[in-house]
Order: sequence, then C-alpha cells, then structure tokens
Amino acid sequence: MFDYETLRLVWWLLVGVLLIGFAITDGFDLGAAMLLPILGKTDIERRVIINTIAPHWDGNQVWFVTAGGALFAAWPLVYATAFSGFYWAMLLVLFALFFRPIGFEYRSKMPGKRWRSNWDLGLCLGSFVPALVFGVAFGNLFLGVPFSFDEFTRPIYTGSFWALLNPFALICGLASVTMLVLHGAVWLQMRAGGDIKHRATAITLLTGPLLSVLLIIAGAWLLTSIPGYEISSAVIGDASSNPLSKSVVRIDSWFVNFSLYPELWLLPLLAVVLPLVTSLLSRATLYGWAFLSSALAITAIILLAGTTLFPFLMPSSTDLASSLTLWDATSSKLTLEIMLWVVIFFVPLILAYTVWSYYKMWGRVEPEAIENNSVSFY
Amino acid sequence: MVSETVVELSRIQFAMTALYHFLFVPLTLGLSFMLAIMESVYVMTNKQVYKDMTRFWGKLFGINFALGVTTGLTMEFQFGTNWAYYSHYVGDVFGAPLAIEGLMAFFLESTFIGLFFFGWDRLSRVQHLSVTWLVAIGSNFSALWILIANGWMQNPVGAYFNFETMRMEMDSFTEVIFNPVAQVKFVHTVSAGYVTGAMFVLSISAYYLLRNKDVGFARRSFAIASAFGLASIISVIILGDESGYEVGDVQKVKLAAIEAEWETHPAPAAFTVIGLPNQENQTTDYALRIPYLLGIIATRSIDTPVPGIKDLIIASEVRIRSGIVAYGLLQKLRTGEDTPENREAFNAVSDDLGYGLLLKRFTENVVDATEEQIQAAANSTIPKVAPIFWSFRVMVASGVAMLFTFAAAFYFTARRREHKTPWLLKLSLFCLPLPWVAIETGWFIAEFGRQPWAIGEILPTYVATSHLSEMDLWMSIAGFASLYSVFLVIEVYLMVKYIRKGPSALETGRYHSEQKGELQHV
Repeated sequence: MFDYETLRLVWWLLVGVLLIGFAITDGFDLGAAMLLPILGKTDIERRVIINTIAPHWDGNQVWFVTAGGALFAAWPLVYATAFSGFYWAMLLVLFALFFRPIGFEYRSKMPGKRWRSNWDLGLCLGSFVPALVFGVAFGNLFLGVPFSFDEFTRPIYTGSFWALLNPFALICGLASVTMLVLHGAVWLQMRAGGDIKHRATAITLLTGPLLSVLLIIAGAWLLTSIPGYEISSAVIGDASSNPLSKSVVRIDSWFVNFSLYPELWLLPLLAVVLPLVTSLLSRATLYGWAFLSSALAITAIILLAGTTLFPFLMPSSTDLASSLTLWDATSSKLTLEIMLWVVIFFVPLILAYTVWSYYKMWGRVEPEAIENNSVSFY
Repeated sequence: MVSETVVELSRIQFAMTALYHFLFVPLTLGLSFMLAIMESVYVMTNKQVYKDMTRFWGKLFGINFALGVTTGLTMEFQFGTNWAYYSHYVGDVFGAPLAIEGLMAFFLESTFIGLFFFGWDRLSRVQHLSVTWLVAIGSNFSALWILIANGWMQNPVGAYFNFETMRMEMDSFTEVIFNPVAQVKFVHTVSAGYVTGAMFVLSISAYYLLRNKDVGFARRSFAIASAFGLASIISVIILGDESGYEVGDVQKVKLAAIEAEWETHPAPAAFTVIGLPNQENQTTDYALRIPYLLGIIATRSIDTPVPGIKDLIIASEVRIRSGIVAYGLLQKLRTGEDTPENREAFNAVSDDLGYGLLLKRFTENVVDATEEQIQAAANSTIPKVAPIFWSFRVMVASGVAMLFTFAAAFYFTARRREHKTPWLLKLSLFCLPLPWVAIETGWFIAEFGRQPWAIGEILPTYVATSHLSEMDLWMSIAGFASLYSVFLVIEVYLMVKYIRKGPSALETGRYHSEQKGELQHV
C-alpha cells in the first residue's frame, strides 16, 4: 500500500496520535487527581472529584498502555533503549501509577478517615509523579541521552538517574505538570458539582499563564544554548533499520526544521497562546470551550516537541551515530503495514465507543447524589 | 560478558511479577463471564436476585480487577526495562500482539468496566447487559493476544533472522496468529480462568450455605458456578496443553522434563506417575510407571517414540556446532564481508544461530569454543527436571480434585440437595485455593520448562537482558516485593471483609445482616 519510507512517516504520526490521545484523555484524570487534596475540602467533595473521572480513568489509561505497546511494535529499538536506559525513571512512573487503580477502587470500600486520606495522597502523588517524569524525559531527549550500541545492537546506557534531573529537563517536567493540572481543572469545572467549579477557577487562572511562561522559558533556553542534532549522511528512508549505518553531527540549534518550514512557527505560537485562551474561557465560565482549548493546547505542545526533534526520536549524546531516528529505529515494513491496518480498523471503533461511554455518563456529579446513594459511587 | 547474577535476578523479578499478576487475571477471566451469565438470566427472567448477584459478585470482581490492572502495567513495561535486548531482538514480531492486545482488548474491557460499575441507572437493561458481555469478551481477547505472544516464545514461527538489523523479523503474520502452541495454550489458559471464577463463586456460596445465610442467593450462585465450573474443568483437562508438545524441540524438552524421561524408550513410552528425578545421574529413582500411556498421550499414536533427555542433549550438541558456524558467518557479514557466498552459507545455518548464542554464557569467543564449553552448552539446554516434574503433578492433582468437586456439586445441585449436603459444601469451601495452585504451577512449567531459552531455539535467556547493574536489580526487586506485599494484604483484607458482608454489602435491605432473625425471601 505504502512504501517503507511513507510507512515510517505515518507511524511517526500515529505514535504522536497515541501520545496526544493519552495526554488529552488520561491527562484530565491525572490533573484532577493531582487537585484532589487541594480542591476537595470534605470527603464528599473529594468523592465528587473522583466520581467525575471514575467511569473513565481506566479506559483513558489504555491510551498510555497502548502507546507503550505501539512503541514496542513499531519502534522496538526506542522501546528497548528508552525503557532500559531510563530504568529508574520508568520504575518511578510505574510505582506511582500503581496507586491509581487501587486508590480509585479501594478508597470508598472503607469509611475510615485515615484510610481515605492515605488513598487521596496515593492518588495525588500517583498522578503527579508520572506527569513530572514524562516532561523530564522529553526534556532529556532535547539534551541527548548517553547511550550507544555494541556490535550486536545491544543498547548500553551510561548515564545515571540523577543526571536526568537537570534544570532544563525539570522546567519541561514542571510544564508537563502545569499542563495537566490546567486540563484537570477545566475538566472539573465542566463536570463537578458544588463549589468545586468556582474554586477551580483560581487554578485555571494561575496555571494557564504559568504554562505559557514555562514554555517560553524552555523555548528560549532551547533556542539559545542547547545544541541540536542533524543527520549528516544521506537519509535512505527505505533502508533496513540499522541506526549505526548513518552519521550524525551536532549543530547550533534544534530549530532547523523551523527555518526550513517557517509555517511551523504556528505551533509554538499556539502552544503559548492557547493556555492563556483556556484561562480566559474558564474565567468567562465557558467551561466546554475551555476544555476544548486546553485539549488543543496539549495537542500543539506535543506536536511542537515532536516536530522540533524530527527526524530524531532519541538522540545519543555520547555516540552520535547511535541516535535513533524515525528512519532507522522502526520495525520491518511488514510489521508496520500490519499494524497500520490494525490501527485503521480499531482506532475509529475505540473512538466511537469511548464517545458513547462519555455520552452515557455525562452530567455534573452533584454532592447530594453521592450522599443519597453512597454504595453506587466510588 | 553479562553477569550471571544480573540474569538470575532479572529472571526472578520477571517470574515474581508475572506469577503475582497471574493471581488476579484468571479470576477476572472467569468471573467476568459468570457476571455476564448472571446478568443474562436477570434480563431474561427479570428476577431481582440475579441483578443483586451480578452486582455483589461484581463488587468482588472490582476488588480483584484493580490489582489486575495495576500489576498488568508492570508486565507491559518490563520487557523494555529489564529485557532490552530481547525487546530489540524480537520486538518486530513480539511487539505486534501486545499492541493489538491494547487496541482490541484493553480498550474494550477498560472502557466498558466503567459503565459496568457506574452505568446501572444510566443504561437500559439490554445496554447494560451488552456492556457486561463486552467486558468479558474484552478480557478474553486480551488473553488471546498475550498467549499468541507467549506461544511465539515457545514455538517461534513466521519469522526469520535479518543480519542487517540484527534481529528477528516477521514474514508471516498468519503463522504467528495460528501458531498451534498459541491456540492450545489459549484454550487451556482461559478455561483455567473460568475454573478459577467458578471455584471462587462455588466456595464462597458454599460458605454462605454452611452458615445458612442468604440461602436463595447462595444456591443460585452455587448452581451457576457448578455448571460453569464443570464445563470449564472438563475443557481444561481435555483440551490440555499436551497436544502442543508435538511441535518444536523446546516442547520436546519440556515434555521429557515433565516425565523425567532420561532415555528414549521404544514406542509407546511408559508414563511415570511418580518418582524421584535425579539430575546428576540422569535417572528417576523409585519410579512408578504405567506402560504405553505416555506414548499415547504425547504422540497420539503407539509407534512414535518420545525422545528422552539424553538424546535431546546429543541433538542440541549437533545444532550448537552448526550454530558456531552461523555465528562466525554473521560476524563476517556484519564486518563488511557481505558477499553472496557468505550470505548463502549463513542462510543455510541461520536456524542454528540461537544455539551458537547459547555458548555466550560459557565463552566470549563463540567461534573458538572448546569441547568442554560445547558440552556445557549442550547440557544447559535441559532445565532442572525435578521442579518441573513435581509442579506438573501438583497441577494435575489439583485439576482432578476440582473435577471431582465440580462433578459432585453439579450432581447434587441437579437433585436440589446441595444445600443439605454439608460434606459437599465443606469440600467446595476447602477447594478455594486449588485453582491458584494449579495455574501458578502451570505457568511455572510453561516458562521454567522453556529455559534456557527466552525465545525457543532463537534467543537464550542469558543474552536477553538489559544492561543493568546488580544493584539496580536488587533495588527494583525490593521495590516490587514491598509494594506488592502491601497491596496483597490490603486486597485480601477487603475481599474477606466484603465476602463476610455478603450481598448485604449492596445495602438493598433484602439480605441477611440487614434483617436479623428473618429468613430472606428472594
């Protein structure tokens, strides 16, 4: 159907779609859970927050699981190198995520005050840590990751966990947390009853501008003092996936793609403006529009990160040629083709029943409903 | 060279997290179908008790499901974190079923589980019933794809080695899907899951009946469990794993280990019921044998011999020598001597490359391996026999005990006497741990019996790990062990608490502890 080169490009877009799907859907429940102790003053209010996301968080999290599976299937070298290289960062995400499924399910199973506040803490940290680490990981991609391959393409990572926590990456991590908190806050404005929606306005007014500022700082830092990477040999889009067959050089900045295609500057513009628009819409109590705007902001930010790195997926700082790009880290043509058909068939189906599930559960979750019908809710 | 300790620790971590994950999965598989059956009866008969049953067993299902989701995340991550070389080497084939599992199964199951719990008042009866069925179908699809992936580890078909990318690449997706080992495993494993769900409901219902609590509710649950359980255990036993053993050397080795069959006996081979396998002398002491039986089970014939361990080691040695040649040619191809002659020579022996890689454990320089190293590698193709031998017998004994229990439960239920048969109720209650004993030993046989291979005859476990330190692994094992222990304590605590409450936990006002002194009418 497609040649190998096109398939590789299509899969770069598809992984992007999965990451955006993850950030938009799971993003609001991560954000809402981070806000749990802040916006929920009483147990009933906390239950309101949890029950706005209770029917959906599990389905949302599958975007993340599937993105992991798609990495494995489409970019096995990225999956292998990133997951083993970022070993402790990945385990930290994993250990944090553990507290979400059981936190949601077990919190309401016992009435004790300490029992519930412990799970609230678990839900909050279990959502905060992944949001932070994902941003930090993305930040480190721009800096380059210290890894190389031996003669049998075994990935060898030579950095440490602590080196990941550098100032630039931490700003990216902070931006990621802010982005999801904003998204979670507008979700709660749209779905939570009682006082929560008013209280959430303070959060959206703070996090919208903060996100824009963090993005500007990260962008300026990237533009002025972080070297970029470029493939210096000819790019052969349909060659076998062997990262070591190319050569890579460091160049002044990551913004080559932007000078080649100036229309790409639209992305950073949207990424900075949309969070502000979100705050304004939220203040104007146009909650549905605010949520849409926040979702678009997330899309713009992820596309911005992806296109800036393009065609790199994971540059190596210690052995430039080992850098993984979308041309040489993919699966075979056959696997990409089969998986493309699978995606074409299933993703529309998934979107259809996901929309149906939201449609069926739509409406504000009111505190009275939970008080009157305690056993049916989380 | 890779440190043996890192390999051992990585294996321990994987085994630990996989066996733990598999405490929850089978119950999800079985209970989701039982919920769908109960709710179907509710929709057809419109009797409230069946809705209550769906909701109460659904609560227990939820407590179990949460830990299934939690620990499933680990499995999705762990190939990359701890088995990076494996992920690179076979990701082209192995990654696909995992990604399809996400798209086809997890989305379905996880989207509708939310509607199952929270949609009772928002969906019509038929809509809710459809949701429950979709959860059950989703969890079974998930088992299908994970077992296609696992079946490929046991019997890797539909793929070839590409020296340019230094990995296995898929050449036939249909062969991967219709892998006979995968199909047999799927049926065997999901049926084992149904048995687990059925035994769970049967035992707990028996507990209510023994205490004369919520009798109507418990009898209906007991009846559904006994019928569903009997059908499932028969399916587990009849469609058992053994027909897969005809395929591939790994399965032959596993079969020989299960039977502690050291020598190749003339067909049809005898079946060793019990004995003491002695790996050092390669004998089985005090063996009790039934003539002909093994040959008939393993080969479905009376004239095909079942190869013994000693002969399998000799066969491996031949392939290791050929693997050395393959390894040498691969090195040439990778270092610029990419001539048509070398390619042709390599293609002729590339199937044995994995056997060459077995030597990596014994020498850095595979091409110049000594006779002792080749012998050591050949001996390493046989896993430790005694653990497999004994696990198999424990699994089968548990299965037979459950077959008897379900058959008795079904018989007495059909005669409407099950609630007045205390020995049956006690037996059902005490059988509660058996499905878990059987499935955990079953997984152990399947995976430990695959050693020394991560991917049968393709990739030795020894070379499949990530580049990690012993410290990394000690700390991550400690992390998993402590978190998982805490979670298990909490889960069991909540489970017991809700089981004790029984259907009264629904607070409908219709059940035992809500109306003391009265017999409930349902």
